[in-house]
Amino acid sequence: MANDRRDFLKRGLMTATAAVAGASAFKAIQAAAKPNVSLPVLMPGGMIGHVSPSAISSHTHMPPAADPTGRNGVPGRRWIMVIDLAKCDGCGKCTEACGKAHFIPPGRQWIPVLVMPGEGLSAPEYFPRPCFHCDNPPCTKVCPVNATYKTQDGTVLIDNERCIGCRFCIAACPYGARSFNWGPPEDPPEAAKRGYSPEWGYPRRIGTVEKCDFCPDHAAMGMLPHCSSGCPMGAIYFGDQNEDAVTNSGGETLRLSKLLRDRSAYRHLENLGTEPRVYYLPPANRQYPAPGETKADAKKGGA
Amino acid sequence: MSSPAFNSHGPLASTDAQVTDDLIATLGRPSLFHKTWVISLALVALWGAVCYLYQVKNGLAVTAMNDYFCWGVYIINFVFFIGISMAGTLISAMLRLTGAEWRRPITRMAEGITLFALMIAGPMIIIDMGRPDRFLHVLLYGRLQSPILWDVLSLTTYMAGSTIYLYLPLIPDMAILRDHSTNFSPWRRRLYTILALGWKGSPAQHHALERALSVMAVVIIPVAVSIHTVTAWIFGMTLRPGWHSTIIGPDFVVGALYSGIAAVIVAMAIFRKAFHLEDYLKLEHFKKLGLLLLAVGIAYLYFTVNNFAGSTYVTGTEERSLLQSIFGGTYAIQFWTMVIVGLLVPCLLLALPWTRTLAGIVFASVLINIGMWLMRFIIIVPTLSVPFMPTPVGKHLAYVPTFVEWSITFGGFAAFGLLYTLFSKVFPIISIWEIIEGRAVAAAVERKH
Repeated sequence: MANDRRDFLKRGLMTATAAVAGASAFKAIQAAAKPNVSLPVLMPGGMIGHVSPSAISSHTHMPPAADPTGRNGVPGRRWIMVIDLAKCDGCGKCTEACGKAHFIPPGRQWIPVLVMPGEGLSAPEYFPRPCFHCDNPPCTKVCPVNATYKTQDGTVLIDNERCIGCRFCIAACPYGARSFNWGPPEDPPEAAKRGYSPEWGYPRRIGTVEKCDFCPDHAAMGMLPHCSSGCPMGAIYFGDQNEDAVTNSGGETLRLSKLLRDRSAYRHLENLGTEPRVYYLPPANRQYPAPGETKADAKKGGA
Repeated sequence: MSSPAFNSHGPLASTDAQVTDDLIATLGRPSLFHKTWVISLALVALWGAVCYLYQVKNGLAVTAMNDYFCWGVYIINFVFFIGISMAGTLISAMLRLTGAEWRRPITRMAEGITLFALMIAGPMIIIDMGRPDRFLHVLLYGRLQSPILWDVLSLTTYMAGSTIYLYLPLIPDMAILRDHSTNFSPWRRRLYTILALGWKGSPAQHHALERALSVMAVVIIPVAVSIHTVTAWIFGMTLRPGWHSTIIGPDFVVGALYSGIAAVIVAMAIFRKAFHLEDYLKLEHFKKLGLLLLAVGIAYLYFTVNNFAGSTYVTGTEERSLLQSIFGGTYAIQFWTMVIVGLLVPCLLLALPWTRTLAGIVFASVLINIGMWLMRFIIIVPTLSVPFMPTPVGKHLAYVPTFVEWSITFGGFAAFGLLYTLFSKVFPIISIWEIIEGRAVAAAVERKH
């Protein structure tokens, strides 16, 4: 047991380091404008190699799918998300980053920032709502053709080459996480370049369902989902439950179990028994004005 | 009231030959009105088909459905037609099993409603699909855990069963028509000869037929109950308020009986008038079915009260908004119309002796069918208007069906009418041999007294 935990920690540390190294190397490549300079890159196995910038073409970063079938997910991982509502000021950058990365058409959002009405006398709050990737998902239960399914790393994905468009999953999802391609999709041409995988959900197809996919292609490479990396407040943490670690856009890596315990984390509509993989930290000591509040109100502590 | 054996199948003081001639006459040359009726139905059905092609080309975006109202009139039509398909089983199988003599002139038209209602209900599901081209995925990748698979299995079983159940008692009639071949054109003669399966009316054949009918009558009832139950479970197996209810299965079964019997009464009234069958479909038949309808109507009223009673008293937030929208909000007009026009008024018309006339019973049945379509609307749409999560800022939730949706809906109803009408011109809409058999039974009873 103790050994297991040490293992997890070690792995977590390694992954975090790799993620940081990967991100910095990527930034270096992007910044490189000078020719005839070799650039350090992270090689498989953790080695640092050197390549000429001419060997690097600058186009949208489109890694391959973590799992070519799109059905199995990454072995040994349990992706998990923690959203700190105290840090969320409702700016909508997560929605924007996600929309841009997945070519989401206007009017549709995979992670909208909802305004939750306050309960009783309490204040309303901003509430980013991705797919909850439930461990007991009501959506996959009702799918007649196994077009939406749960992978071993915990994500709930949709195969739009399989989906028959019955929309039972949309009716079944209590969180409204699912959208339907009612008409012919209007994807930009770039969307077709990468080929299709349930791991990123584009190019879209008419008459099929789509939703937030937890960016498993990024996760497999130790990168944060677009919403998380796009959040200027660092409110969206993402990580691996097995490693007991989550990271936000500020590079802050926290022990998952401690974070959830210390901050009284909860899962939305827990009573429905869907076992979401997205936890929320209540907006205690909110750092930003709540919906409908001014900055002055917030400073006074809402009094 | 007439004698217990219902001794008056057909005109008084008539012979079996006369009855046969009477009923064969319904297959005669169609009147001008009949032709106009068929052409009108065909045109409406064709228009529905054109609209469907338009929908296939442009996607479900041509409907008013959206990510909140993910189901609309197509599913309402599906549930409605599944509902009236109950007619055939109930009238035919239950009355046959209990030996109710008065069933004889009604069974075939009831069984016809079942088959043709299913022939509309099935396609309605395909019309609702975003990818009808992937229909075969249901067979290739079907998950038995999904309520949709239960519905597919139940629907196909029911359809096969009701086809057999319609065909079996048709065999002796096919032989009668074959033997009256001088009346018919060559294609009809060939059709009737093939479908008669060499029926000679021998005692052994009669015995085999009776056995097959008894077995089918027993088998078809649970299948029919299953289809209404699993259709209800499509809704009941979700977490949504208004759907996630323990009585939604039986509620659908009773609702189906209610609309099914009403549909049979409307069909009886139309055939009675169109084919001059006053001597066969008598006031007695309407009154007996009317009383059955009343009993089921009261049961449905009871279920409807039960559906809302608990959640009116104590309720969660989503359920409260649901009840508010149904009782006094967006959907109040549809709901109260259903309660008054579809439940209270018809039950009153059927209960009071002085309104339990032919006109009163038929009028009540028409009201019930309108009310039951509205009830399907009330079951499906308001629940979708109360999501668990607040909607993204600026989103307004509304579902008003588009012209395409209405066109396909009316097209579906027209196609149902068309199939039923064409059927009634090719096959005797009243079972000839069963009427004759009934006359023999009645005569035997009379001799005993």
